[in-house]
Amino acid sequence: MKHFLLATTLIFSAPAAMACETVTIGDLTVEHAWSKATIGAGRPGVFYVEIKNSGTTDDALVGITTPAAGMPMLHETVVQDGIASMPHAMSVPVPAGQSVQLAPGGYHGMLMELTTALKEGDSFPVTLSFEKSGEVTVNVDVLSLRAEGPDCADAGQ
Amino acid sequence: MLGVGAYRTRNRPARSEVLPVPIGQMTWTLTDHQGRLVRPSDWAGRPVMVFFGFTWCPDVCPTTLSDISLWLEELGADADRLIVALISVDPERDTPDALAGYVSNFDPRIIGLTGPADEVAQAAADFRATYRRVDKEGGDYTMDHTAGVFLFHPDGRFASIIDFHEDRRFAVPKLRRTLS
Repeated sequence: MKHFLLATTLIFSAPAAMACETVTIGDLTVEHAWSKATIGAGRPGVFYVEIKNSGTTDDALVGITTPAAGMPMLHETVVQDGIASMPHAMSVPVPAGQSVQLAPGGYHGMLMELTTALKEGDSFPVTLSFEKSGEVTVNVDVLSLRAEGPDCADAGQ
Repeated sequence: MLGVGAYRTRNRPARSEVLPVPIGQMTWTLTDHQGRLVRPSDWAGRPVMVFFGFTWCPDVCPTTLSDISLWLEELGADADRLIVALISVDPERDTPDALAGYVSNFDPRIIGLTGPADEVAQAAADFRATYRRVDKEGGDYTMDHTAGVFLFHPDGRFASIIDFHEDRRFAVPKLRRTLS
């Protein structure tokens, strides 16, 4: 029984641990990549991540690609005069010495034309293209539609 | 108290144009996610929380529904009399069934409402909410919409709006004031 409980804990904690995985490219650190479960493949998915630039040169996220979606795009949720809109973001600035978040209510990746529904507990790769640093691939954990972010010990740092 | 009264009186003419009408004066008829007809009169005597959205919305709507679910959990049984409704601004795709699959991911007290385009337009007019279809490449589209959460007292009077980017710590106290 004890072993069973331990195994169950490991299975359930594995996805969260993956979202807490850190990938680096040049001066950039990419972590906390997560997404929300979708109902079917017709509705768009979403992609959130944190990027830290510890260098002295400004960079920018200029695009994302993933086998999980036919048309992934960068978007920004903008609320003006109380009305939310979601314009396409040509790029997301990652200034030298700063961190940027693709997070609920702000910048996010919109995953249109999903190849399959995103299910809680699944993961999929997303390749981020940076203007200066080039490309890096992260594993994205699918959390519940209700999730507000991955549960990492260092989240928010 | 006198000060508050004077303030309200002074501001009423300027603000009334943009405030939602009382629930009892609203005239829409919508269908909930279980296929039942819902009219404003069904909400008489109960506090109400409404927000506009659509289920093809990847960011704002699930974020708002997650927040609302957390508030409801914090309020516990105090929120059981609260009517909590998502009104779809995308009735073309948001059938009652589509809404049912969506709201089942959140607090069970949240209902989804949809209906014919003219009834959704009437609801938006009554709440002083706006929405607009934005066409995208390839025939797909998204919706711009009012993102705030509308609160009404049990007697149907408009109470306040919780703005999308408002500090979420103020939401539960606002809700408690509306419930009492």
